[in-house]
Amino acid sequence: MTALLPRRGLAQILALIVILAVDRVVSPQFFDLRLQDGRLFGSLIDVLNRGTPVALLSLGMVLVIATRGIDLSVGAVMAISGAIAASLADSHSLTVVLAAALGAGLICGLWNGFLVAVLGMQPIVATLILMVAGRGIAQLITEGRIVTFSSPDLVWLGNGSILGLPVPVAIALGMLILTGTVVRASALGLLIEATGGNARASELAGVGTRAMILAVYVWCGVCAGLAGVIAAADIMGADANNAGLWLELDAILAVVIGGTSLFGGRFSLVLAVLGALIIQTMNTGILLSGYPPEFNLLVKAVVVLAVLLLQSPKLSGVAGVVTRLRRTKA
Amino acid sequence: MKGLPPVLITAVVLVAGFALCAVQFPNIASTRVVGNLLTDNAFLGIVATGMTFVIISGGIDLSVGSVIGFTTVFVALAIERWGMPPLVAFVAILALSAAFGAAMGAVIHVFDLPPFIVTLAGMFLARGASFLLSTQSVPITAPVYSTVSDFALRLPGGGRLTAVAIIMLTIVIGGALLLKLTRFGANVYALGGSRATASLMGVAVGRMTVKIYMLSSLLAGIAGIVFSFYTSAGYSLSAVGVELDTIAAVVIGGTLLTGGQGSVIGTFFGVLIQGMIQTYINFDGTLSSWWTKIATGVLLFAFIVLQQGLVALARRPVVKRAGAVS
Repeated sequence: MTALLPRRGLAQILALIVILAVDRVVSPQFFDLRLQDGRLFGSLIDVLNRGTPVALLSLGMVLVIATRGIDLSVGAVMAISGAIAASLADSHSLTVVLAAALGAGLICGLWNGFLVAVLGMQPIVATLILMVAGRGIAQLITEGRIVTFSSPDLVWLGNGSILGLPVPVAIALGMLILTGTVVRASALGLLIEATGGNARASELAGVGTRAMILAVYVWCGVCAGLAGVIAAADIMGADANNAGLWLELDAILAVVIGGTSLFGGRFSLVLAVLGALIIQTMNTGILLSGYPPEFNLLVKAVVVLAVLLLQSPKLSGVAGVVTRLRRTKA
Repeated sequence: MKGLPPVLITAVVLVAGFALCAVQFPNIASTRVVGNLLTDNAFLGIVATGMTFVIISGGIDLSVGSVIGFTTVFVALAIERWGMPPLVAFVAILALSAAFGAAMGAVIHVFDLPPFIVTLAGMFLARGASFLLSTQSVPITAPVYSTVSDFALRLPGGGRLTAVAIIMLTIVIGGALLLKLTRFGANVYALGGSRATASLMGVAVGRMTVKIYMLSSLLAGIAGIVFSFYTSAGYSLSAVGVELDTIAAVVIGGTLLTGGQGSVIGTFFGVLIQGMIQTYINFDGTLSSWWTKIATGVLLFAFIVLQQGLVALARRPVVKRAGAVS
């Protein structure tokens, strides 16, 4: 548990290596990196950069799923925060823009957390409300238009570079380290896992399960807010209809690929982010291979099914018996 | 009648809402508008009927929108490019979608996986498959289509009850009877109440799960055919996001997302309420379309809180009795 990469991460790392190898075959210059104007360029950097929004979403989502919840609203929250950032960008400083956009994410998270933790709603229902209404709210903010901006500060957030890395990648990395430190350097991670494992038992053992649940939804909202700002900064505009559309599904998928069970309990932040990268490496690979992007969904479906079957309690039961037999032999 | 109170509330909201609309825009209270309401929401009513079964059984089906999209493309291509007679194309696609649903149900049961993720994979698969068939919108020119589109029963007051509306009403009534009067329906409730209990009571859980998802996909296939009648075209991007509208309609209709309670008639009212909001916004003219989403969200919230309250009320006496014993 203390190690950031537990032993169960092996399958994901192997999967990533296999997909990278396939990408190398379809596109020989896949691993080429070059430095230009103080920024690295290349397909690998592209994968990281494009994968940032889903990676950020998965950081919040994995904590929510660890408490046995789910957050369907993150895509809509992205649209809201992106809309706010784009509307304020040209008239306010970057600090104000970020505070407003992240604040909106936080409020959305607080709303979801309130419904789940205080009113005791089923997470899938509670977050469905914001998923449906959120996009409407985002359109209310942009008044149905695609709001564009030219503020160099916000543009830098989406297209600039720090130490050769694109800014979004640096931000995602920072968020991973921040989240990882907060939940793993303290008992917080353990308490979240306990809440997901058995909320009632944890409550009786003195864990403030309500506070835990509220906290993870708030964090999920903040991460979605940040992802929304970056997505808006990337295209220098906010499109309330399409920003973050269906990304909630990709984020859930990333978490599931990362080996965190939808039934709550043990989670891994690093593996969830790895899951997001696996999805993006697949997408980029399909794009580079020249196949029409329509194949994306089919490949994704096959991967989901494969991961699901690997994680199936029934099949892992079989695997468990095999390992136990091996152990007794040894 | 367990599911009755929420249904009554939904009905009251529908009637009160309609009355409010009618006060503001007297023209809304005409058979013309009501007929259009039924026609425009026919596909939603059909697929929501199937979703009601799935949700009462404690599951969820995210793939329905994609199945509708796939169906419209398949039907359009089969008739226009592959030269199939429309009827053969319909039978083929219905068999295909039923098999698709059965496969999802089987995966859910055999591997003991959450329906949410399995049907999510199904959603990707069906949408991806329809992209593969064609990314273009394929117009359907078969004579059957114009015949069906033109067919309508005249209602007093100038309204038209179209063929697709009649198909929807038939399916809603059939679904309601299937759920309330048959052993299959009783088993659906039993599964949603408690899978383990249902299994102990002798319900063949596996077979039921397969049948329920098969029904949902089959109805999504029919909804797809109705959708293609409605638009006279097949397009791989049609009905994107319909699964959300469907789930919203089911919840507004008083079905518990945790399963075990609900009704097809409530879902039908839920569909009409959503259609009514849309109609109101069209009549008003100054309100933008995104108010539909916000209004639906608010309604969802109100109904869920209401259900939460009702469930809490229903549980209270049990707690008291338990306290008395100890």
